[in-house]
Amino acid sequence: MAHDLAAEFPELRMLHTLVEARPGRSPDPVRRRLRNLADRYTGGKAVTLRQQPVPWAYRVFFRQVGIDPDEHRTPVEAIALERMRAGGFPSRNLVDDALLIATVETSVPLVAFDDEKLEGPLGLRLSQPDERLGGDGRPLSSRQVVIADAERSVGVLFADLAEGRGVHPSTRRMRLASVQVKGVPDVSVEEALWIVAEVLQGEPGEAPGAAGDAP
Amino acid sequence: MAEVIEQRPGLSVPARRVPLRPPVAPDEAAARRSLREQVAKLESELGALFCTAFPRTGFDWKVPSRGGPRVLSLVELEELRDELADRLEHNRRVLGDRTYVEELNRCRIEEMMLEPERHRWMVIRNEDIGEPGCKSWHVRPRFGLLGMLLNWWRVRISSGCPLAGGRGRRP
Repeated sequence: MAHDLAAEFPELRMLHTLVEARPGRSPDPVRRRLRNLADRYTGGKAVTLRQQPVPWAYRVFFRQVGIDPDEHRTPVEAIALERMRAGGFPSRNLVDDALLIATVETSVPLVAFDDEKLEGPLGLRLSQPDERLGGDGRPLSSRQVVIADAERSVGVLFADLAEGRGVHPSTRRMRLASVQVKGVPDVSVEEALWIVAEVLQGEPGEAPGAAGDAP
Repeated sequence: MAEVIEQRPGLSVPARRVPLRPPVAPDEAAARRSLREQVAKLESELGALFCTAFPRTGFDWKVPSRGGPRVLSLVELEELRDELADRLEHNRRVLGDRTYVEELNRCRIEEMMLEPERHRWMVIRNEDIGEPGCKSWHVRPRFGLLGMLLNWWRVRISSGCPLAGGRGRRP
């Protein structure tokens, strides 16, 4: 975590872990799990989501960094809204399904990167003047909160990833990252990473140890 | 007399200069922390109000974004706090007005049930009393034209929303 960002948000953390898995079509157990999750998701739950502690914490953080959560939804609220619109959680692919399951279960947003396209550890920092996303992508606004590896920014927090840094069909190893904000307990973030790893690896087992910029 | 002569202009010692800037820089971090806490509290109250107001429509919950995610300046945080407070106050007032009208409508339903002939053709729907669904109370004449001529009125309560797939096939 960059010093200036940590001074502003002392409880902001990024946790990440490595998972050896290949993207592809979701197997039947994952599809079944999506259906079960969708059945548990009711309209009442979607409406009161913003009063639950973890979704509320992300809404507050969105406000504090200048995002209107009613315009650009927090990940869990976007999923809830899509569930109400689509009437279920249609399966897209293994990685997206795994991230969705973990977010629905824990309300913690997650993102997956292709580990081979990253240099060094992941962290959060503020963008530099005249910096471009991914080094050669679109220009970033001044002091924007970005996810960065040791060399360059690889994504804007809660927004788009730099081109080529996300998971693609030839990915063999993924870096899963999660952002913890004030009010979100450690166990929720760790559980989110654990669930994704479990779904991607196909069977319940020991999740890889989470690394991060925790003190 | 000697002291008075010494205090005359031009004869006295020049006054000390007072520095315009305070010797200690203001702690902006503390102000920012306080503003962030206020934003969190307002967001909590807005969330509670949103859940209270549901399923009523016509509320504006949006507070313009500020091109985030980024670290907001002190002025931007103050503006955000003020806009959230304004939005909260406005929506509370709208909800207060709406619940007052809904209470009147509930009373009117009771009056309709007691004296339907005094509320001819009146319709009150669930949304008029802040409830979800399609139920309605409609004052109509019993036996159609005959009821109108003989002043036989009654309240007809609808059975709710139509089924999404229709009634289905006849058995």
